[in-house]
Amino acid sequence: MTLPTHEHRAQPRSLTDLFVSFSLLALQGFGGVLAVVQRELVEKKRWMTREEFVEDWAVAQIMPGPNVVNLSLMIGSRYFGFKGAMAALAGMLAAPLVVVLLLALVYAQFADHPGVQGALRGMAAVAAGLIAATGLKLFGALQKNALGLPLCTGLGVLCFVAVGLLRWPLADVLLGLGVVACALAYQRLER
Amino acid sequence: MTQASQLAPQLVFVWQDWATLFVHYLSLSLLAIGGAITTASDMHRFLVDEQHWLTDAQFNASIAIAQAAPGPNVLFIALMGWNVGLNAGGMLSGLLGVFTAMLGMLIPSTTLTYLAAQWGHRNRERRAVRAFKQGMAPIVVALLVATGWVLTAANGSSMKNWPLWLLTGLTALIVWRTQMHLLWLLAAGALLGWFGLV
Repeated sequence: MTLPTHEHRAQPRSLTDLFVSFSLLALQGFGGVLAVVQRELVEKKRWMTREEFVEDWAVAQIMPGPNVVNLSLMIGSRYFGFKGAMAALAGMLAAPLVVVLLLALVYAQFADHPGVQGALRGMAAVAAGLIAATGLKLFGALQKNALGLPLCTGLGVLCFVAVGLLRWPLADVLLGLGVVACALAYQRLER
Repeated sequence: MTQASQLAPQLVFVWQDWATLFVHYLSLSLLAIGGAITTASDMHRFLVDEQHWLTDAQFNASIAIAQAAPGPNVLFIALMGWNVGLNAGGMLSGLLGVFTAMLGMLIPSTTLTYLAAQWGHRNRERRAVRAFKQGMAPIVVALLVATGWVLTAANGSSMKNWPLWLLTGLTALIVWRTQMHLLWLLAAGALLGWFGLV
């Protein structure tokens, strides 16, 4: 399988660019960084296509450990190998770590303030919308999927019902539904 | 002084204790499929119930602060280490706690992910690797929508929470269909919440 030659692919200029980009992404990610990563790296900077993003996200999700940390590691290593992985990882964690420690120092004074509690509630509701919208947008990446759109939709609905409505444990769903989906894909790729 | 800080234990930490903390996080790292938060109940058992290194209030605050702050939610691990360190002395041991917990949590999982990603990239033409990526794609995409749903449902489904559901739904629609900057949306959510409108 040969990849189509891409029209001028953008990519990070240097390790510093990678570090700074991921720091800025992480600092915008209230209530979850994934939506910001998708928006900035796929839609704005165009470092990767939607399809590539979904592929990396699948690996980041199935591997143990924090998903966005895994994702930053993988994206960084695409461009600069191990050094890139470390630069992206450091960018994802360093600045937010400082922020979170500062917040911890002032938390006790503000935790019970009704305005602060309300603001956090409002931001959490927005963050939930961001993550759902990211899923809806990435659904478009499934059009080229080997499983075909009807099967992808079916598997997606099953996953949503299992995790969202029935609240089955995530690891069980990933494993159970994942094995079936990968087996189906394996079969279809033969042709 | 708040009640939490009165109750916070005064710990005397020797290096074996730091090693125990480190090893505990090392052992949880590879179990954290779906994110570090999936192992939070085991951390509670260990840090609060068994070792008494953290109070319940400190444990819950660590998770709450990391969720409110920008950046990956895994930073609640750093805050747990920070609080254990504070209980065992001061800022300096707090920082030691941060790095002990974070390195323990991240070294095994990131090593495995890095190696798997490299292997996957070298073998990207193999049928099994392609089948994995193609097969998992619809599931992980749907999982994002499900996550949004679960987060919204955590607000409760009673009628008085309809503004929160509406805010989440509108946000999803705007992000899906427009290029509006995400920070504007978060700021709007914060303002609506501050004034008690959601």
